Amino acid sequence: MTAADTKAAGPPVPVPRAPEPDRVRKGPGRGSPAAGPRQRKKGALLPYLLILPAIVAIAAVYAFPLSKTVIMSFQDMGRKELWTGDAPPWVGFEQFTNILGDGEFWSVTGRTVVFMAVCVTVTMAAGLLIALLMMRLTTWVRLVLTACLVAAWSMPLMVAASIFRWLSDSDYGLINTLIAKVVGEDFLGHNWFLDPKQGFAIISLLVIWGAIPFVVITLYAALTQVPKELEEAAALDGANVFKVFTFVTWPVIRPVFTMVTTLSVIWDFNVFGQIWLLRGNKPEPEYETLGLYSFSKAFESTSFSQGTAIALITVVLLSGVAVYYLRQLMKTGEVE
Amino acid sequence: MSTSTAPSPADAGQQTVRPDRKKTRWHYDIIGLVTAVVMAFPVYWLVISALRPNHEIRSYDQTLWPSSLTFDNFARAVKQENFATAVQSSLIVSVTAVLGGMIIATLAALAIGRFRFFGRKSLLMVLILVQMLPPTAMLIPIYAQLNAMGGLDEYWGLIVVYLVSTLPFAVVMIRGFVVNIPVELEESAMVDGCTRMQAFRRVIFPLLAPGLAAASIFALVNAWNEYLFAYILINDNSKYTLNVWLMTFTTERGTDYGALMAASTLIALPVVVFFMIIQKKMAAGLTSGAVKG
Repeated sequence: MTAADTKAAGPPVPVPRAPEPDRVRKGPGRGSPAAGPRQRKKGALLPYLLILPAIVAIAAVYAFPLSKTVIMSFQDMGRKELWTGDAPPWVGFEQFTNILGDGEFWSVTGRTVVFMAVCVTVTMAAGLLIALLMMRLTTWVRLVLTACLVAAWSMPLMVAASIFRWLSDSDYGLINTLIAKVVGEDFLGHNWFLDPKQGFAIISLLVIWGAIPFVVITLYAALTQVPKELEEAAALDGANVFKVFTFVTWPVIRPVFTMVTTLSVIWDFNVFGQIWLLRGNKPEPEYETLGLYSFSKAFESTSFSQGTAIALITVVLLSGVAVYYLRQLMKTGEVE
Repeated sequence: MSTSTAPSPADAGQQTVRPDRKKTRWHYDIIGLVTAVVMAFPVYWLVISALRPNHEIRSYDQTLWPSSLTFDNFARAVKQENFATAVQSSLIVSVTAVLGGMIIATLAALAIGRFRFFGRKSLLMVLILVQMLPPTAMLIPIYAQLNAMGGLDEYWGLIVVYLVSTLPFAVVMIRGFVVNIPVELEESAMVDGCTRMQAFRRVIFPLLAPGLAAASIFALVNAWNEYLFAYILINDNSKYTLNVWLMTFTTERGTDYGALMAASTLIALPVVVFFMIIQKKMAAGLTSGAVKG
């Protein structure tokens, strides 16, 4: 459902695979000129009837509210207007100029981008390394590792957040006990969340841990598409591990890799639940990323218009990434 | 590579490679096991904490292995206020949303997979774009909209949101299965006297079933896990879904971690089971190309 949740549950996305010719579509037979006109004639209205419920549902939940977002962001909607249903006053670009002129917005944006960049980089690097490692494992070790990855993957977001909150608890958390025991430093009672840098380190751990299984399993699936013969031939010709990877393996998995990276960017940009729960439902301003910032403006300061304006800016920031993702999808033939 | 035992230059080369490879494999296996332990550790800690006696939970000296196991934490979790209603809410909302979503998605997938009509590509594009929208961005307008329609604190509000959010993935996935069913099957059924509806029910639907199962389990897991919308759209304690209910273990006086871990285990359990099921389906889909575009 939400971006953050999809991460916990796995991706509601077409699992990208190595490019393969779309034989069903492009092959002869169905959809070919011979079959086409007859079908079109017979069921000219039928397909539209079939997609109608989907269109209506999407319009109800996305299109209409989205257009409302745009409208609301040019108004000044507060709690009064929400409850009375009075038309909120129009304020033009005031919300946007207020937000863009607010130093806090820019520090929140900067924090969101840095947090996303760190999480995505670590996730993708670790994910690729583990996927490559899986290719070289004995079967039973690979099965054990897969089982552990699936176990981590299947943890609901809220559950995973609870675990990490417990692990980093200042009094009874395992992390502090281990540091005290192993390093010998007195970490008991250390509160990781007093310093946002340390706090974000814990949050990043949670996000990365939750994201790695999907990345590994998808990349591993892509790696199995790399022709073994090619790799062996390259190795026989004297190429070292890195050269085999750069010239044989990488070109095959690159489309999948970029797609997973793009998705990770979108997911990590929208992290909400992890921060929310690790901060006990009351995130301090230093812990606000764009999603939380928009949320707190809307629901805590009850300025819905400010909240929607921030949300709109987020959409615009992410739309570049989304368009890139779409283009990748088209290129690899996932959507004809 | 030759595997014959006949002495040949290639074979000689292989023999020097073989022990070498075995050695490196052994190293990789160690790293693999360490990675497995790291990835599984939080899950282990969840389960073990849920089974730990309370005096160990509230101990300044955490041990990796519990001294004894108990179900006290589970008892406390289940006795927590609103547990039963939270299970009920989660079930009602997830199951209804998935059933509705599957019907709508199947219809749309049939249209996209079987017919070439104007706007087909754009529909797919819209579905994918919808998935890209940040949920936090949609939260406020959806909240305002449901508020205007009286859908706050009502199951249907949440159901509609979950239903639509399952659509993109479900349509795309089911379409992959539709495309792989030859039209000829349907046509021959119709030649044999079936109506279009009968042809669908008797011929297409059974072939679609595995795809529908995989898509619906996926959607169910997503709805079961959703937190943000459930938290905002439902304020009535007795209508909380399980994820929102989890917060009741955190009070002003602190967090009852033992019970929280026990409750978390209970919530995660069905997801783990479902995941084991789809894991295989997804692997099958990946190899057979069933999860097409």
